[in-house]
Parts: sequence; structure tokens; C-alpha cells
Amino acid sequence: MSVGHYLLLSAALFAVGVVGVVTRRNSIIVYMCIELMLNAVNLTFIAFARQLGDMGGQIFTFMVMTVAAAEAAVGLAIIISVFRNRLSVDVDDVNLLKG
Amino acid sequence: MPITIPPIDLLAVAPEIAVSGFACLLLMTAVFLKGKGGWVNACVALVGLAVAGWFALCQGAPRSAYSGMYAADGFTQFFKIIFLLGTGLVVLVSVKYNEEENMNNGEYYALLLFSTAGMMLMAAASDMMTLFLGLELLSISLYVLAGYARNRPGSNEAALKYFLLGGFAVGFLLYGMAMIYGATGHTDFAGIGREAARGADNRLYLVVGAVMLLTGLGFKVAAVPFHQWTPDVYEGAPIPVTAFMSAGPKAAVLAVMIRVYAQSVSFMHVDWLVWLSVLAVMTMTVGNVAALVQSDAKRMLAFSSISHAGYAMVGLAAATREAVASVAVYMLVYTLMNIAVFGILALVARKNEQRTKMRDFAGLARSNPVLAVSMTILVFSLAGIPPMAGFMAKFYVLMAAVKAGLYWLVLAAVLNSAVGIYYYLRFTVHMYMDEPEEKLPPVKASPALVVAIALSIIGVLLIGVVPSAYLEMAGRAVVSF
Amino acid sequence: MKLNQYLPVLIMTLAAIGTAAGMILLTSIIGPKKKFDDKMEPFECGVSPIANPKSRFSVRFYIIAMLFILFDIEAVFLFPWAAVYRSLGMFGFAEMLVFIVVLGVGLGYIWKKGALEWE
Repeated sequence: MSVGHYLLLSAALFAVGVVGVVTRRNSIIVYMCIELMLNAVNLTFIAFARQLGDMGGQIFTFMVMTVAAAEAAVGLAIIISVFRNRLSVDVDDVNLLKG
Repeated sequence: MPITIPPIDLLAVAPEIAVSGFACLLLMTAVFLKGKGGWVNACVALVGLAVAGWFALCQGAPRSAYSGMYAADGFTQFFKIIFLLGTGLVVLVSVKYNEEENMNNGEYYALLLFSTAGMMLMAAASDMMTLFLGLELLSISLYVLAGYARNRPGSNEAALKYFLLGGFAVGFLLYGMAMIYGATGHTDFAGIGREAARGADNRLYLVVGAVMLLTGLGFKVAAVPFHQWTPDVYEGAPIPVTAFMSAGPKAAVLAVMIRVYAQSVSFMHVDWLVWLSVLAVMTMTVGNVAALVQSDAKRMLAFSSISHAGYAMVGLAAATREAVASVAVYMLVYTLMNIAVFGILALVARKNEQRTKMRDFAGLARSNPVLAVSMTILVFSLAGIPPMAGFMAKFYVLMAAVKAGLYWLVLAAVLNSAVGIYYYLRFTVHMYMDEPEEKLPPVKASPALVVAIALSIIGVLLIGVVPSAYLEMAGRAVVSF
Repeated sequence: MKLNQYLPVLIMTLAAIGTAAGMILLTSIIGPKKKFDDKMEPFECGVSPIANPKSRFSVRFYIIAMLFILFDIEAVFLFPWAAVYRSLGMFGFAEMLVFIVVLGVGLGYIWKKGALEWE
């Protein structure tokens, strides 16, 4: 297995995430797709770190993981508060703000 | 295996520590005062900002700290002062508003301070890791702040939109960083620049990485075509939060763009400037044209903030020392005037933000002439009419661009400014020439808001009359690169 | 590596799987089978179910889960720190202490705020 394989896998994961964000309507699933993108990034960092024999990429992954957790907490809280007000988590229902 | 620990330079990060420490303190007061004591919270926040400002002023000789991840130089210092000033003004604007909307608790101010710490970290970041952490500290706090009016569906939606699109953008930003790391083996900008100058063999990774990095940053600064979230989020968020979002974070991202460029010039060399020019033109034009047709003042100011980011990016595209200094001054001026305009809007909008239309300004000249004059000065400055600071700031940016030979960019900026004058003056027309549709008790500014507006107006006039002093100051700050 | 020293483990595992599978098989073959409505309910004894088991979770679960994610993931920094703890010395200890104190402020905040109360 060369680095190329890992990179291909992570690029594919990232693409799946992007497509999911663009096409899915449930905001929780959209958020899961964003998490998928972030984890694809983590894989990329780890693969490069291994190839380069450098610790920087691994440390970066730690940072991404922890920040993503904080973001997840805030995001879920926001989704819950939207749900409480509107009883829906569908992004198509989020339509009050239009120019 | 012995580990060499990098020297700890506490004085360099003292402003961030002060701001975060006071934010933690605010969390504690929030718990123990149980939602009471709004003024106390605001005062604690202001003290924290003042302490941080003092630390920022005496940070000492320019140096790089934490094994090159953090730059404590004049440039950082200048931007830190902008952020602290902006946050201070937002705190002053918030007090009365929050009291009316029943959200005057410690967490609000704690979040403001946390995001300020994030902005300061961004301005000081000379490594992608520091940049990422600062950006996320800023963004996560802003997601919560955008939804702070919990019972207003609009505010909820703004938070959700901002959060989902912001997370999406961060994904791109990080993927770009990973690519750049893979191509160069470095996470610090200087190392990336060195490596790229040597002619990296993985040029494809580098280009893809740079494009994605620019996409992520462009989203945060609301550059066209990554701006679609801006009007919705700005409209839905509580007005003081909108004021905060429209000023500081933009300045922080521009600071990051400047530093990325300055520290790893060769990395971006040719294409970066072309991309920036294209982005700048699109941002100015779309922002201005869209602002023309808005009837909601909050939305109009959102588009106007997009176009202002475009003007600032003209300076970035010029990429000379002089241009960078003028961009720094531009952000200072923009922070001052924009937050004050939002402060006045918060007052006119009244309780529950029911009157944010442009025509709700009708009759303000009669009911509160002082406020109307203040508003006129501020929108003149936003429009770039001499002798206000807004004109001088724009003038210096454009001069720098002319010297760099970017004539077509300058032409676009001038045409856009002319368009801008039209919609900014609509405020004045409404205030002085229109009759209000219904009789309402005249608005009255709270002491804190008066202080905020007075500070901005003094700043706007002072910088407008003697701009050279500030430009020199910014110039000295940039020399430290 | 000598594989044959794991032989008892293999035999043990096979025996365990065999016993479990054999018991299930035997009862299903020789046990009596009578089908009636109540027996086909998801819950065989007690009152018959009145709500769909796929109903929504209480929002309290989300709050606890959110807080759990946060504190759980922050602990990720403890692992690399623990791995090189000895070579970091006093400095590493102090740094981690600061980190834990900051987390502690957060914990104190949510505790005082009542986010950990179930009711």
C-alpha cells in the first residue's frame, strides 16, 4: 500500500462528504457529511505524515479531531434549538430568511 | 529520549490569555449571578478587553514565538488593537439591546471574548495549525452568537445556516491545508514558502491546496462567489452580533491572507494575486449591485459589508508594503463606522427588531436630530465621501493599487464606490425628507450606545482629517515583516 | 511465535461456540411450538406496548451525549502526553494541569448550570 492509495481513499471520502452536503436535506445528515469531510482530511494528514516521516501531520489530526468534537456539540445544540422552534430539521424548511 | 521544549513566551500571548481568562471569569459570573447583573457582565468584558489591549501595546520587540507558530510583531499588534476596539464597541452597543431582548447574560460576553481571542490568534498565526485553531475558536463562538436570540426563529435559522455552511467551508480549508502540507512537508508558512521556492515536485498538490485554502478563507470573509450565506445570517442574527460579525472576523481573515502572502510569497507567487484580483472585482460588484435593491437595512448593510471586503481585497491584490498598510487602516476605519451604524440600527429597530426596513429611518431627523446627524456622518464615511475617514481609507488603498499598476481594478473600485453612494444616501433621504408612516415615541440612545457612537464618530473624523498619522502607524507595523 | 500454545484457547473457544449453538439448535428442534397473538408481541410479558419503540429520545440524552463527546475527545490529548510524560518532566505536568483546569472550568460551568441534572 503506497501513500497514493490512502490519498485516493481520502479523496473519495471527501467527495462523498461534499456530495452529501449538497444533496441531502436533513440537517443532521448534512452535518454527518461535513464530519466525513473532516475525517477524510484527517486521513490525508496521517498519510502524508507517514510518507514524510513528520509529526506535524499527526498533531494536526489531533487538533482537527478535538475541534470537530467541539463543533459537533455546538452544531447539535443549534439543530435542537431549531427543532424546538419549528419541529423540523429539514434544511428546506429553513426558509424564513430570503431576500 | 530527551525532548527539547520550545521557550514559552507568555508576554507574546498575554492578550489572548487575558481575553480568554476574562471570558472564563464571565462564565463563572454568569453562573453565580444567575442571569442578573447585565451591566456587571458588560463591565467585566470591557475590563478584560482593556487589560488585553494594554498587554498588546507592551508586547515588546517583534519576534516569533512557540517555535515559529506564533508571530508577535507590529502587524499582529495593529490588528489586535482593531479587534479589541471593535469588540469593545460591540459590548457598548449590546448592553441596552440585550436588556430589552432578555439576553443580557455573561455567556454572551464570554462568547464575544472567546471569538476575539480567536481573531487575535488568527492575526498572529504563522503556522497553519495556529490559523486553524484561531479560525475555529472564532467560528464556533460566532455560530452560537448568531443563534443567541433563542426564541426568534430567524436567529435560529441564521445559526443553522452559518453553522452548516461554515463547517462545509472549513472542510475545504482543511483539505487545502493537508494538500499544502503533503506537497511541502511543512505546516508553517515560512517553511512552505521555502519549500515551494525550491520548486516542489508536487506542484499539483500545492495549487489544489492553495485554491482550497483560498476558498475556505473567501467564505469567511464573504467574498463572492462564497458569499451566499452572508445576507441571510446577517439578517437573522441579533443586531449587535451582526455588527460584530461584519467587522472583526473580516479583518482577521484579511490579516491571515496578508500574512500567508507575505510569509510564503513564492508559494502563491503568480496565481494568488490574479485570483485575488478576480475575487475583489466580483465581490465589490455583486455586493454593491445587490445592496441597491434591498429594502431591509440589515440586509443592505450585509451586502455593503461584502463590497467593503472587496475594496480591501484590492489592496491585497496590490501586495505592496504600502498597500498592506492601507488595508490595515481600512479595516480599522471600517470597524469603527460599521459597528456604530449597526448600533443606531439597533436603536431604530426597537424591541424584537421589528423595524429594520430602510423606511423605518423616516422622520429620525425630527424626532432625534443628534442621532440623525451621527448616522449621516457614519453613512457618508461608509460611502466614502470626504472628509470622512471612509474616503481617506479607500483613497489610500486605491493609490497603492495604482502604484502597483492595477488600473482596471482601481477603475472597478471607483465605479463601485459611485454606485455605493446611491444606496448609502437613501438613509439620509429617509431621515430628512420622509414622514414616518406611524407615530412612535422618539428613540433615545442609552449612555453606553452614546459612548460607542461618539467614539466612532471621533475616530472617523480624526482619521479622516489626519489620516497620515494612522497610515504611518500601520506602515511601521508592516515594516516588521 | 509459537502458535501451539494458543491451542487450548482455540479449543476453549470452539467448545463455547459449540455449546451455545448446540443449545439453541436443540431447543428449536425438540421444544414445543405454540403460536398465539400475545406471544408475537415485541415484549412477551407485561402490558402490551402502546407506543412505537422507534419514538424520539428525550432531548436530555442529546445534552448528555454532547457533553460526553466534548470531554471524551479532549482526553485525546492525554494519551500522547502520557506516552512521553517522563521525558517532559515538570513542565509537561504543569502544562497538562493548566489544560485540565480549563476543562474543569467548563465542567464547573455545566454542573452549576444544571446540565448534568436529569430532571
